[in-house]
Amino acid sequence: MKILVCISHVPDTTSKINFTENDSKFDSNGVQFVINPYDEFALTRAMWFKEKQGATVTVVNVGNVSTEPTLRKALAIGADNAIRVNTEATDGLAVAKELAEVVKNGGYNLVLAGKESIDYNGGMVPGMLAALLDFSFVNACIGLEIDGDKATISREIDGGKEILTSNLPLIIAGQKGLVEEKDLRIPNMRGIMMARKKPLSIVEPVNNSPATSIASFEKQAAKSACKLVDNVDELISLLHNEAKVI
Amino acid sequence: MSVLVFAETSEGKFKKSAFEVTSYGKKVAEQLGTNVVVLAINSSDPTLLYTYGAEKVLNVLNDSLKTFNVKIFANIIKQAAEKENSQVVILDSASNSLYLGPNVAVNLNAGYVTNVVALPSSTSPLTVKRKTFSNKAFNNTILNTDIKVISLAKNSYGLIENEVSGSIEEFSPSLVESNLTSERIEQTTGKVTIADADIVVSGGRGLKGPENWGMIEELAEILGAASACSKPVSDLGWRPHSEHVGQTGKPVASNLYIAIGISGAIQHLAGVNSSKVKVVINTDPEAPFFKAADYGIVGDAFEVVPKLIEKLKEFKANNA
Ligand SMILES: Cc1cc2nc3c(=O)[nH]c(=O)nc-3n(C[C@H](O)[C@H](O)[C@H](O)COP(=O)(O)OP(=O)(O)OC[C@H]3O[C@@H](n4cnc5c(N)ncnc54)[C@H](O)[C@@H]3O)c2cc1C
Repeated sequence: MKILVCISHVPDTTSKINFTENDSKFDSNGVQFVINPYDEFALTRAMWFKEKQGATVTVVNVGNVSTEPTLRKALAIGADNAIRVNTEATDGLAVAKELAEVVKNGGYNLVLAGKESIDYNGGMVPGMLAALLDFSFVNACIGLEIDGDKATISREIDGGKEILTSNLPLIIAGQKGLVEEKDLRIPNMRGIMMARKKPLSIVEPVNNSPATSIASFEKQAAKSACKLVDNVDELISLLHNEAKVI
Repeated sequence: MSVLVFAETSEGKFKKSAFEVTSYGKKVAEQLGTNVVVLAINSSDPTLLYTYGAEKVLNVLNDSLKTFNVKIFANIIKQAAEKENSQVVILDSASNSLYLGPNVAVNLNAGYVTNVVALPSSTSPLTVKRKTFSNKAFNNTILNTDIKVISLAKNSYGLIENEVSGSIEEFSPSLVESNLTSERIEQTTGKVTIADADIVVSGGRGLKGPENWGMIEELAEILGAASACSKPVSDLGWRPHSEHVGQTGKPVASNLYIAIGISGAIQHLAGVNSSKVKVVINTDPEAPFFKAADYGIVGDAFEVVPKLIEKLKEFKANNA
């Protein structure tokens, strides 16, 4: 099994979000970047397939040189090698087209991604990649087993789950449940040392024109102060008469 | 030219979000000076869409489509868009629609934006406002392609009545092959889901243990609400993962969100701050949730919640 794990390089969840250049750009000043939390579930599941079923695991990111520490972290967690597609990730479709080239050239038969990145929250790259390649695709994936060429996949649906089967090749967009939170891995010293020697190759983009572009950013409007109430009667009355939500 | 809306059904019945996207699609069509066409699959009563402005409804009636399949459904949307010469395709943010969006966009060679919260601010080029950075900000996105696909964020536009005398057309698209097979669905029965709920009652680590969730469930039941929890609560196994809300869990965009024994960490707030009205019940007046909430009670959940249940029962009895 040849697995490709898509790794998005995103601001740490505690980051304060600010913009610069007339609110046209994200201000990365002082921001710490991490592996996208949803992608960590995908990477951890990939490590399981590597250890239990002898899969090889490549991690990939579409981004500029600043994303390399995040790829090295994925190597330290245990991926075999890494690829960086050397272009700014600006639009979901453009990123999916870059990844489609990587999948075709590398002959991967299982692609694991997160269901969305926590920065732009597009939630579209894995599904677009699958459509471009005509691979089977499961979104919001909360369970994946592979037996030979056959995959059994669980997907979260509104109010329950759906169990699906497919032959490989397959792409999934994972979330919590794909592996348990407690099974997520933190790189250890040995992993970090080994990661330095693992191959990280840089491929040039096919560069297609983006389908969308961001004109400007806006912050959330400041919120009015919280009304503190002393008793539940008052709360019920406010929710009924003022907020009109009950 | 037209605007195509996909109205999601579940066992033949429209989801509430189907009416919201129809309302939105009607208005976008007006902005573009064109008509709205709504596509439904196996709807038992497509005329319900007239109330929200659907001038024309394409209803696909086919038993083999009772089971959802992403590739087959996306291809049907594509065929409808081609038949109606649609310039804009609008989906909601229910789990199946979010699953369909990327496939529809690729097959129509369209730019795609999700999490959209408002009508286009410009039609040329088409520009929409969307939530980004996990609800901490917005961006205005321009769609550069001829055909555009938009996913409207839940509860961001509302249901707007706009009665029209519409027409229904039976539509029989061809069905593509798919390698993906649905084996079975395991539904948690009888419960309001977080995705569909108007009200969400959520508990955090302040509730001390899973044995104390009885009052949360009772409160949720009285309000017709879904129950939810903070991340550590689901990590500890007190509640199922499906109830975890926040930046790395489910997003909540309900009318009312009640947080009980939840501190209001930035990752928690990111996922729930799209809710219109937020209430916090917490012993600690310094808990960050008070900065994000509209109404708050500083108090012990084990005293406040039972009282709230009792008083709400009275309130419901008087307002029934
Ligand atoms: C990468 C990452 C992603 C994350 N994603 C999420 C996410 O998606 N969702 C999420 O929720 N968290 C998330 N977190 C975790 C987040 O940082 C907080 O740790 C978590 O939200 C805290 O949960 P809590 O409020 O239930 O618990 P605590 O922070 O322990 O708060 C408990 C609260 O209960 C109050 N309390 C105690 N006793 C009572 C009582 N008797 N009555 C009333 N109140 C009482 C306390 O005053 C306190 O404010 C994430 C963290 C990281 C690092």
